[in-house]
Amino acid sequence: MSSQTTKLKVDHRDGKLAMAHFYVAFIALTLGGLMGLLQTLVRSGKFELPWGIDYYQILTVHGVLMGLVLTTFFIMGFQYAAVSRTAGTHSPAARRIGWIGFWVMTVGTIMAATMVLLKEASVLYTFYAPLKAHWIFYLGMTFVVVGSWLDGAAQIMTYARWRRENPGKPSPLLSFMAVINTVLWIVATLGVAATVLFQLLPWSLGLVDTVDVLVSRTLFWYFGHPLVYFWLLPAYMCWYAIIPKIIGGKIFSDSLARLSFILFLLFSIPVGFHHQLTEPGIDPAWKFLQVILTFMVIIPSLMTAFSLFATFERFGRSKGATGLFGWFKVLPWNDARFTVPFIGMASFIPAGAGGIINASNQMNQVVHNTIWVTGHFHLTAATSVVLTFFGITFWLVPHLTGRVLTKAMNKLAIIQGWVWFVGMAFMSGAMHFQGLLGGPRRSAYSTYGESAQAMEWIPYQIAQAVGGSILFLGIILMIIIFVNLAFFAPKGEEEFPVGEAENLEEKAPMIFENWKLWLGITAALILFAYTIPFIDMIQNAPPGSPGFKTWGSW
Amino acid sequence: MHMHKFEKIWLIFGIGALVVFLSVVGVSAFYLGNKPPSCLTTIDPEKVDTQAPFNKPGLNKVEGKEWDYELVYVASAFFYNPAEVEVPLGAKVKVMATTKDVIHGFQVAGTNINMMLEPGYVNEIVTTFDKEGEYLVVCNEYCGTGHHLMSSKIKVVKK
Amino acid sequence: MAKTELKTNKKTEIEDSSSLKGTMASVMFLGIFLVVTWVSVYFLFLDRF
Repeated sequence: MSSQTTKLKVDHRDGKLAMAHFYVAFIALTLGGLMGLLQTLVRSGKFELPWGIDYYQILTVHGVLMGLVLTTFFIMGFQYAAVSRTAGTHSPAARRIGWIGFWVMTVGTIMAATMVLLKEASVLYTFYAPLKAHWIFYLGMTFVVVGSWLDGAAQIMTYARWRRENPGKPSPLLSFMAVINTVLWIVATLGVAATVLFQLLPWSLGLVDTVDVLVSRTLFWYFGHPLVYFWLLPAYMCWYAIIPKIIGGKIFSDSLARLSFILFLLFSIPVGFHHQLTEPGIDPAWKFLQVILTFMVIIPSLMTAFSLFATFERFGRSKGATGLFGWFKVLPWNDARFTVPFIGMASFIPAGAGGIINASNQMNQVVHNTIWVTGHFHLTAATSVVLTFFGITFWLVPHLTGRVLTKAMNKLAIIQGWVWFVGMAFMSGAMHFQGLLGGPRRSAYSTYGESAQAMEWIPYQIAQAVGGSILFLGIILMIIIFVNLAFFAPKGEEEFPVGEAENLEEKAPMIFENWKLWLGITAALILFAYTIPFIDMIQNAPPGSPGFKTWGSW
Repeated sequence: MHMHKFEKIWLIFGIGALVVFLSVVGVSAFYLGNKPPSCLTTIDPEKVDTQAPFNKPGLNKVEGKEWDYELVYVASAFFYNPAEVEVPLGAKVKVMATTKDVIHGFQVAGTNINMMLEPGYVNEIVTTFDKEGEYLVVCNEYCGTGHHLMSSKIKVVKK
Repeated sequence: MAKTELKTNKKTEIEDSSSLKGTMASVMFLGIFLVVTWVSVYFLFLDRF
């Protein structure tokens, strides 16, 4: 019962499942990173892909591995471990479901990746119809999604057991947050599952001749926006509930942290239209409504910024720091478990600024589908989130493998963080400016017939190659660290840090754990934001589209 | 649940800024004619070439409308028709486009003309070409192997 | 001189160890950054056709 909860060490059986996730995640990082490097080299104009490999093939691999595989596997592994640590060792049943989920996801990944390598699915990670991939690609994606539901179910089962055994008490913060994120993911993936299962799979199998393109895209982006919050929330989990313990401080407000996560659940989903602002077939009134809802989801991030600064300031002042920013100096800059995620936090400032611009209705026309957007998500996902995931790796992997984070690895980790920062500053910075000049995203090297405007873009692409090369060095460093911490570091005990609230008397209101209420509001908001425009697009649909394979075969 | 006074002030400032942003773009969109391209007109993607106005791509003078010209494009993998066009400086133009096959982007680099072309739909935007120059039209949505070779040219000239 | 000394004394305020002034300054910087970047792109939008 209670003896199962808040064990200071994750049970080694749970550790094994979590580590399995991390092996896949870091393999994805390695291959995906290599793809990214090749992309920047091609776009510099000084390198051509060998052996007939197509740019859009490697772009598909990069997007799928980084945006779907690395993320989903890392997040599920981290959350599974966090729930085990704070709500108690998973039951054998939950663990079994988790393993089945892991294998289904892995098989699905291999299926999809194989199709891409065979040039049967150069459709990018968004696989927009009417580009038509091989049916095994779509089936593989289905397996990844369904596997993730099973994986998430394990977390929910263990959370539910804790709630049953501890009535009237707010659940452990990390477990609560993990379950919010898993529930968010399940609700979000219903959209992509619907388009894949009911549209793309039958269409690619030849069971139906045409597909409704706008409906498919709308279902995808219903999923695509909460997808990025699925990535972001585990980073917030680390910032809110783990970093305070690492620095030796306290969680500024346990209740406000929970509230921010509830707000993310409510407002991450009914906002997909802000990815479709320049599309036909959707009334601008509904687009603007979803823009308003999008702005609501900025609020919990504003709250988070305050909470994090406050956590640092309270800690610093408790150590005697004075002045407006004295607390900044006493933070543990020599601890990679803090510093690397901190670089991620700081990067979220320009990242978030770009996001607000992207979502601002007609202002989106300045940046839509330009490489500014790519710059934006390399700040949000590929810096804020990924550096935080690296920061977690530094203590979680040794914790799970019975090893320690040595001084040497810690030092290498800090170097890695700064290498990443420099590389990203070049690459993402250049992408933002090239985007404002109209440079398109998702594009191989071209001078567009030596057009004056296109020639202006080339120097930025060179800068992206410089940045990309530095980032690839960062990836190599990270792989070295990961392999060391997983297999070679000295044995010992590495802490799984879990933060404590500053105010232990202030217990979070139980209404936060009222899932019927929050899921009810979530559903109501989704129906409100989508029902009418979705019915409109079905009722006024043009003839559907047949499939197109506009890319070459081997 | 207690919120520090400073956090309340911060959130009021932050939410206030967001409200101002929304109001500015909202008024601009719905009262000053700057709604993002959202045409609701549908078309059969297999009959584009015979359906007006797409049977006559290019710059066409029009009468009795709020704009002086219609600039009509047909996109397909991997080119735009017309490949090149001249627009008089200061002309108020409705740019209209559709695609015959997959989704394409349509962006006039360095301008706010940026819209998605989806099979079965027409998209459009009305604007005044008030700056001279040669503008590259690029496809900014992946459409296949030739995606980065897909472009067109607009020359805005004093007439 | 006397006047400057008075000023320096007045400046030594008692610092509350639970003060969040640094937090306020930090989020305000963030807020201003958000406003400046947004307004810049908005003006770009207005300037372009």
